[in-house]
Order: sequence, then structure tokens, then C-alpha cells
Amino acid sequence: MKELTNEILNNLYVCMVRIRLFEENAGKLQENGKIPGALHMYVGEEAIAAGVMAHLSDQDQITSTHRGHGHLLAKGGEMDKMYAELFGKVTGYNKGKGGSMHISNLEVGMLGANGIVGAGLPIAVGAAFSNKFRKTDRVAIAFFGDGASNEGAFHEAANLAAVLKLPVVFVCENNGYGEFTPQAQHQAITDVADRAAGYGMPGVVVDGMEVIAVYEAAGEAIDRARKGEGPTLLECKTYRFYDHSGVRGMGFNYRTEAEVERWKKRDPLDLFKQHLLDQELMTEADAAALADSIRQEVEAAIEFAENSPDPDLSTLLEDVYTN
Amino acid sequence: MATMSMVQAINSALDITMERDQNVLCLGEDVGYFGGVFRCTAGLQEKYGQHRVLDTPIAEAGIIAAAIGMGVNGLRPVAEIQFADYIYPAFDQIVSELARLRYRSGGEFFAPVTVRAPCGGGIRGGQTHSQSPEGIFTHVCGLKVIMPSNPYDAKGLLISSIEDDDPIIFFEPKRCYNGPFYGDPHQQAVSWAGHPKGEVPEVYYTIPIGEAAIVRPGSEVTVLTYGTMVHVAEAAIEKSGIDAELIDLRTLLPLDIDAIVESLQKTHRCVVIHEATRTSGYGAELIADIQEECFWFLEAPIVRVTGWDTPYPHAFEWHYFPGQERIIEAMKSTLET
Repeated sequence: MKELTNEILNNLYVCMVRIRLFEENAGKLQENGKIPGALHMYVGEEAIAAGVMAHLSDQDQITSTHRGHGHLLAKGGEMDKMYAELFGKVTGYNKGKGGSMHISNLEVGMLGANGIVGAGLPIAVGAAFSNKFRKTDRVAIAFFGDGASNEGAFHEAANLAAVLKLPVVFVCENNGYGEFTPQAQHQAITDVADRAAGYGMPGVVVDGMEVIAVYEAAGEAIDRARKGEGPTLLECKTYRFYDHSGVRGMGFNYRTEAEVERWKKRDPLDLFKQHLLDQELMTEADAAALADSIRQEVEAAIEFAENSPDPDLSTLLEDVYTN
Repeated sequence: MATMSMVQAINSALDITMERDQNVLCLGEDVGYFGGVFRCTAGLQEKYGQHRVLDTPIAEAGIIAAAIGMGVNGLRPVAEIQFADYIYPAFDQIVSELARLRYRSGGEFFAPVTVRAPCGGGIRGGQTHSQSPEGIFTHVCGLKVIMPSNPYDAKGLLISSIEDDDPIIFFEPKRCYNGPFYGDPHQQAVSWAGHPKGEVPEVYYTIPIGEAAIVRPGSEVTVLTYGTMVHVAEAAIEKSGIDAELIDLRTLLPLDIDAIVESLQKTHRCVVIHEATRTSGYGAELIADIQEECFWFLEAPIVRVTGWDTPYPHAFEWHYFPGQERIIEAMKSTLET
């Protein structure tokens, strides 16, 4: 595992702030009706994408979830092409044909957000197979939620990866809800990581609000995968500060204000910022300057997206088959 | 030229493509060590190794999804679904992932996966080992759907499929794996030896995807079918004395509509045959296409001969299976109009 240098610490923080500000602004744009369709935002879960992706190169690949913006940003995605994709513009990563739930970019190794719960896991297993087949040390990471761990695809992926000893890490972002249903009502276990035992792979639980903890646990699992020792199930306990979809969602009271507030006291950004301040690795002024520069990045990206053209209608039928 | 069964022809296609392209690999249930329950992959693991002929768990969604992940990274996986009836657990991966990756990534990436699946009845397999689910997949844009009827076509089309960059669902009519079937279960089974399409070059060749074949030219009525029913229809035409033009569609999606229109311009009458159930079956799509293209020169309503709208019945297998008599009756009814 790469030693946790000050440079890496700084990169982790930058990554998390970029995700937070990207998502906050995406939420506003959606509420103002400027971005069409559902957005499942990553606010509250930033430590996981940042901590895992810090170990990856562009050649390592990930499969993502409904909640994929943070994954793509942390994997190297550019904000302008991402906003453009959310807007459905031709300059978006996928010419506007994917949208929020299907955004992808092969160049940075992001095989796609996925609107089907759990569908990405076995695809990551196939990507991992091709890495082993070609005798590279590349890894594949499958992100998924507690809800997805009830899908058959999770179980098929875990078994296949374990029996073939493939270089893949299954990263469960357990935010306590499968869509709107609390974990205790959708599975009879507390730790999704317990399921690893059934497939003969290590299961690890980590505090998903602590980016350093995620970084270290992910580093071990990824090292294991690179060394050919097989898959790991890494469960990160986390929480979504926004609703399942949208900022305030549909406004149903399926979780209490007290619960949300309790988790917000453990905001991964606040926790990490405090750590960096305590360690004198950053000052308040540094943090403010960084936030300012990222705000400018966000504003420029949104402007780019808004001013970009819609895809030409003549392209409607393109890309269904090989042209 | 060698005489090959459809099983041997498929094995030959796999062998040749694996030899030519290191990125081609096979995966599926029992395909490696055992050689496949129908023997289509026999000997391949010995020749190419465990990493290229991969035994998987019995987990169809996992098989197809893994093939997708491989395909995105430039491999050309041939995934075997042991019976077409087992394809439903993988349906989500085929429909929501495999068929749509190219579109939703704006053309940035795709997975050139070939899914092989033995289909069809007439083998006393009951309702979960006899189905013909082709119409479910022709409804899915992004896929190509193929069903050969004989060894020669099977080999050439399978090689084309593996080399094609689009995802392919390649249905193999298992009743014809070891010989053509003419619809009468009481007749002695025959092998492919002596059948012109059982003569198969041992070398590489391809048959273009999307081209139908005229099995028998004729002038009175066009008979459109594919898979096992090609042979049943051919025997029925022979028996009836009707001068029917028999077209083996071979590729269902994309459909060779030009071949159909050309034939209908000559015959003005049409019978559509498939073994799959009737309602919303592939025949319905065929008839809609013909109506759009040929309405003004049709002289009779198009008639469908299909399996009944029941699960494939164990006891009534030969009532369900569209036999020669039903086909003859259908041809006569269009001629009488």
C-alpha cells in the first residue's frame, strides 16, 4: 500500500470537497428544474470514493451504482463533461445518452453508474477476469449498497470471484437504507461483510465516514487483489445526507430528523478537515482557498454544460449497433 | 469437406476462432472439463487451457455479466447457456447491460459477447428444457438474434457472430444437433450424413449475419421459418405437392426483409412458422413487417403455424409441436383464398 503521505492526505481532501460541491450544485440545478430526471447524490459518502480511488490508476476499473457521480469524480472524471451528461448535452461523457444513472467513461476506468441495483458487481468480476487473463496487476472494484447485497447478482459475483480467485474488491457502501427501507427490515444481519464468509473471502467492516480508515482498509484489499490473493468484501458504514433521490426527495418521513442530524455530526468532510487542522497539515485559510477554487471549477463546468448544444436528433438511432 | 453434425460444426467454429484469435474464450456450465452437456465444447479445454475454456458455477446472470466485463476489455467471450430455458436468470444482464452498453456510453464501449443457447423441443424435455424464447430477444434493440437450421450454416454463422462487435444471441435448435428432424417422432432418427448441409468445410468460412437463404424455390406460396421447423416445412411441402418457396431466415434480427419482399412479389401468399408459442411471438413481428412492405400485392391473409399458447407440454408434445399436417393445412388455406 502507498504510504499515507501529506500529498495523499491533501488529494483525499480535495477529492472529497470536489464531490461535495459538485453534488450540492447538481442538487440545486435539479431543484430549479434545469437538470431533468432523478439524481442520486453522494453527499455524506465522499470518504469512500476518495479513500478507495486513491489506490487506483486509470487502468484499474470500477463499476458503480445509482449513486455514481462521486465515483466518477474520484476516478478522474471532469466536472464539465459530467454536468453536460446530466443536462443531456452532446458534450457530456456519453453524448447525453446515458444521464446521471448511466454515466461512464472508459478512459478513466469507470464502467458505468447503473440504474439496475446490483448489476455492476458481476460485470466487475468479468473485468477482473480479463486483468488476470492478460497477466496484469490491474484490479476491478465493484461499488454497491446494502440493498444490492440482497440481489442474486451480488451472490453470483461473490462466488465466481472467489472460486476463480480474481483481482476484485467488492466495496459495500452501507448507508442503512435499500432505497427507502431500513437495513433491519431488508436483511437479518447488521454487517453485510458477514456474507463474505459464505464465499470464502475476507469480510472487513470499516467506518465509512473516516477517509483514512477507508484508505487503509481499501489499500489492504486492493494489495491482496493485485498480488493474486483473490477478492475481499469491504463494507463501509455510511449515510446519505440527501434523500435516496434528489436533495429532499419526495418528502416522506421514513427516517427521523434526529437520525439525520446524528449522522451529520459525523460528516466525513468535517471529520477529515478537523484532522488536517489538528495535524497542522492545513489552515482554515487553506481550506477556504481550496473551496473557492473548486467553486470556480464548478461554476465553469456548469456554464460549459448549459452553453453546450443538445445532441442532434439525427443521432437518435446511432450507437444501438456497430455503425 | 467433411460430414459434420451441428454439434461438430459448432465445435469446429469455436476451435477455429480460438485458434485464430487469442481473445476468444468460452465460458459456461460444464463446458470445460466435461466438454458441454451437448458436447459442443468437447476437447477445447484440453487444447486451449482452463483460462480459455472456463467452467463456471451454475449462475447464469454471473456468466453473462462476467462475459460483459471481459468483452469491454477486448476479449471475445462465447458464453454458453446450457439450455435456452436457463437464460431467464441472465435476462437482466442481457437486456439492461449487454444490449445497451454501446448506446448509453455514447458509443465509447461495448461488449462483443456471443451467447450460445440450445433451444427448442421435440426432445421430451418438458416445459423447462424445450423453450424457444427467440421472440423475447428480438424485442431487444442492441442484440442480434440468430438461429441456424443445419451444420453448414451453424458453423459459418457462429464464426461471424464471434467476430461481430455487437452482442449476439445464438440459438441452436437442439432437436437438429445430430440430424435433421422432419416432424415425425415415430420415424427413425437420421444423421446429417447425406444431407447437403451436413457437408461442412473443416476450414474457416463465414456466413453473413442478416441474410436469409432460399431452401427451395417455388411460386405458389412463401413459407418463412427457421431452426428445426425448416426441415419440417420442407418435408411438408414435399408431401403436399404445393410449389412453395421455403425461406430459412437464419438471422431473425436484423431481418432480411428484402429476401422476403422479393419472394412475396412472386408468390403473393405467405405462411409463417415457428415452434415458439403464438401470442406476441416472432411471427407476429414478421407478419407486421410483411404487411407494411407487401400489403398491395398480397392475395390472401398471412397464416401462422406455431406452438400453442401453453407451457411446453410433456404429455402432448406432438400436439404442441407444429407438425407437417398443420403446415400443409396452412398452405392450402392461403391457396384457397
